[in-house]
Amino acid sequence: MNFDMGLYGAYIWPAYGISAIVLIGVTLWSIAAWRRAKAKLSRLEKK
Amino acid sequence: MNFLFRYANPHEFMRLSGVVLPFTVIGTALCLGAGLYLGFSAPPDYQQGRTVLILFIHVPAATMAMGVYGAIAVCSLLSLVWRHPLSDIAARAAAPLGALFTVLGLVTGSLWGKPMWGTYWVWDARLTSFLLLLFLYVGYLALWNAIEDETRAARAAAILALVGAVNIPIIKFSVNWWNTLHQGETITSGKLAPVFLAPFLLMMAGYGFLFVSLWMVRIRTSILERRARSLMQQGAA
Repeated sequence: MNFDMGLYGAYIWPAYGISAIVLIGVTLWSIAAWRRAKAKLSRLEKK
Repeated sequence: MNFLFRYANPHEFMRLSGVVLPFTVIGTALCLGAGLYLGFSAPPDYQQGRTVLILFIHVPAATMAMGVYGAIAVCSLLSLVWRHPLSDIAARAAAPLGALFTVLGLVTGSLWGKPMWGTYWVWDARLTSFLLLLFLYVGYLALWNAIEDETRAARAAAILALVGAVNIPIIKFSVNWWNTLHQGETITSGKLAPVFLAPFLLMMAGYGFLFVSLWMVRIRTSILERRARSLMQQGAA
């Protein structure tokens, strides 16, 4: 693997950085929403 | 159609997606891992230097942005014609994902445009129609949130999604129909060198698996939320 971007690092790294933040962020957000919904439902079902 | 209705009821969906989800998650990790490894190991392009690396995240994001809109349009059609509740849930669950892929397509494209074209943005047909896609997503989500009655919201949103679907072929063929700064077809015309094609296809598959995984998680979440709501209504009655 070669991480030397020559003249273009200022464009390539932000493109990868923003993509990683958005995709990891939406994954964590979706998992958190799933866990919340599951916990809420099991609380209601116990009542 | 019978097949669709059999698996499109919430109970069956929960069972089936529970089986499929681990595989799509593994597929996401494997494809993205291998794609990034091969991508960063590929030599610089003879014209674009190492900015070719942006290809591996820009085209998959832009393709998913359009594909997800297509999926929403199909779900909307199913919802309007057959009034199937799961198709509304599926369409709504996909929309934020599609909007985020659109943002990523625009941002990575901009960051690729500056070093290659000398500008972050130009109002040509491809870029403008793609920006319109973002507005369609935002409008679609806003409409869902603006109407309180869920059945009415679903109908209005489905109609908007179908009307907006006309933009998808416009984006796709804009590079053929008009003179644009954006390059034309590279992948399907076989102009991409094999050393870039392998990581590109892996990243495409990785983005696809990621979307399917997140879509299923979000539909499952909505189904649980609906169950919780109906339990609360029963409790209140």
